[in-house]
Amino acid sequence: MSQRHILALFSNFDEAEAVVKELRTSQIKGFDVDKDMVVKSPIEHPEVEEFLGDKPVYVQWFTLVGAVLGGLLGFFLISGAQANFYAQLKGGKPIVPLPPNFVLTYEMFILGGVFITILGFLICAGLPARRSPLYSAKVSEDQIGILVQVDESAARALKEIFTKHQALEIQEEAGK
Amino acid sequence: MKDINEDIAWAKINQDVLKSLENPRKLYWVIVLSALAVFSVGVGCEVYQYNVGMGVANLNNPHVWGLYIATFIFWIGMSHSGTLLSAILHLMHADWRKPIYRFAEAMTTFSLMTAGLFVMVHIGRLWQFYYSLPYPNERGLWPNFQSPLLWDAMAIFTYLSSSILFLYVGMIPDLAIARDNIHEGWRKKLYSALALGWEGTDRQWRNFRVTYLTIACFLIPLAVSVHSIVASDFAMSQQPGWHVTSFPPYFVAGALYSGCAAIITLFIILRYVFRFEEYMTLPILKKTVRLTFAISMVWTYLNAVEFASVWYSHDEASKAVLIQKATGPYAPFWWGMIFCGSVVPLVLAIKRFQTSIPVLFVVSLLLNLGMWLERWMIVAPTFSHGYYPWTWDHDQWPSLVQWGMVLGSFGWFTLLFMIFCKVFPSVSMYEVKEMVYHRKLHSKKSESQGAH
Repeated sequence: MSQRHILALFSNFDEAEAVVKELRTSQIKGFDVDKDMVVKSPIEHPEVEEFLGDKPVYVQWFTLVGAVLGGLLGFFLISGAQANFYAQLKGGKPIVPLPPNFVLTYEMFILGGVFITILGFLICAGLPARRSPLYSAKVSEDQIGILVQVDESAARALKEIFTKHQALEIQEEAGK
Repeated sequence: MKDINEDIAWAKINQDVLKSLENPRKLYWVIVLSALAVFSVGVGCEVYQYNVGMGVANLNNPHVWGLYIATFIFWIGMSHSGTLLSAILHLMHADWRKPIYRFAEAMTTFSLMTAGLFVMVHIGRLWQFYYSLPYPNERGLWPNFQSPLLWDAMAIFTYLSSSILFLYVGMIPDLAIARDNIHEGWRKKLYSALALGWEGTDRQWRNFRVTYLTIACFLIPLAVSVHSIVASDFAMSQQPGWHVTSFPPYFVAGALYSGCAAIITLFIILRYVFRFEEYMTLPILKKTVRLTFAISMVWTYLNAVEFASVWYSHDEASKAVLIQKATGPYAPFWWGMIFCGSVVPLVLAIKRFQTSIPVLFVVSLLLNLGMWLERWMIVAPTFSHGYYPWTWDHDQWPSLVQWGMVLGSFGWFTLLFMIFCKVFPSVSMYEVKEMVYHRKLHSKKSESQGAH
């Protein structure tokens, strides 16, 4: 069955929340709230996450891996270089001195953590991204957008819900 | 008085901030042209020094660092402002930082870029710069990893790259706003490319929040480590006056202090130049001033600790350096440092001056003068009064080339900073919206509770 994209714009978070709640309870055939709906907002709004339900964030795992790898890379790079000095006299001092090496290991730990966190962010947030099939610049100004992808047969029911909750504007486009 | 007008429309926030990208006051161009002129003086001095040699800077034993390293420390210190406002206050949920943290982050980035130049400039042989990086030479020999100078290079690289990424990531939602609202042209292309297709979806915001928080958590220990390492350049040597345990916290406090003072200066300039009176409000300025006052007192205390630990250590050489600072040829500068750094900030404790723009502008400049003098007074007196008596009669004053380069660095920083503010939003639009939204919500809740 052919799909349609519908974008509805609302003037505040309360209306958007009411729409999401109704969509969850309405059991529209050919439409899954968790998979087929995206909420777009001009600000980071913790309440959006509350009414959308818990969705996992994996960025912190990238951070952990990046920081550990950065620290290990730093330590072994320095120690490896120092180990080459076996050929040279060290005057009884340790070949791989731990206290000073800790400083650079620490810096590399942070460097790795930050770089890989950014990489994780881009992957998890799906960036860089192409524009959605429907986009309104009003979302970056002061309106909340709800973008849904539905079977053509369910489009009418969804639009009725949007209208009922005082959508300021409804855009529609044929999907793939 | 409220930090910001809670009834301000979100669309107006976009308009006001985006207008600043195209239509600043004429003073903007005066500042940019002046900065360019001053920067050109610095470039001229560097070209002259490069062609003729380090002799023209009057840098020779025992004064091998001179103004270059003093100014290097000053700029590293300045960079801590962004971390303080962005990261520390972010973790503390101090939302008044939201209209002003973006330019503080930009300050961090450009201060570090400026500081990095001095590392190269003071070497003289620019082509040898690579040897301060962890990279082996043609004989397979690596730099000394036990040297704080190498730690410095790595710490600054880490701090600079992390600060740039932090600044950029925090700006992505604003770049999307600019992309959506700017007409065709190079700006549109630039913002479209940098916004990475951001649309403010719930998935993007969710990951954005965690990322921003995580990098903020990394930046705080990083900033502390950077200036502690710079302090180690001195404290780990055996030179009198430098071998002091309290140097790292003293350096970090000084860094936060000069960063805060610079924030006040730039706050006042940006507020006027870009007509940001509605966002960079007097109550927010007042909070910044109070923060600066608190940090100035910490710095004053640590200064006293340093003097006391030298005095009561009974290390005659260190004591002699301290006495020489207070009574020798550097005395006017040393007392100037004490005056600007510890006495002038007392003005900030007077309530009516906490929102007086002319007074604060002058005070913030004096504070930064004091902080620059502090760095110079760390570097120069020790070199002129070391363990060897032959150093005692070598009062080599910095040549005009050194002064020109110091001046040029201020031009370079100002130029980069002002260009940034003209090209990118220097007030975070989405965070100001959040601030307005949450404060309004909070007011409504308070009102309804009061009604019941």
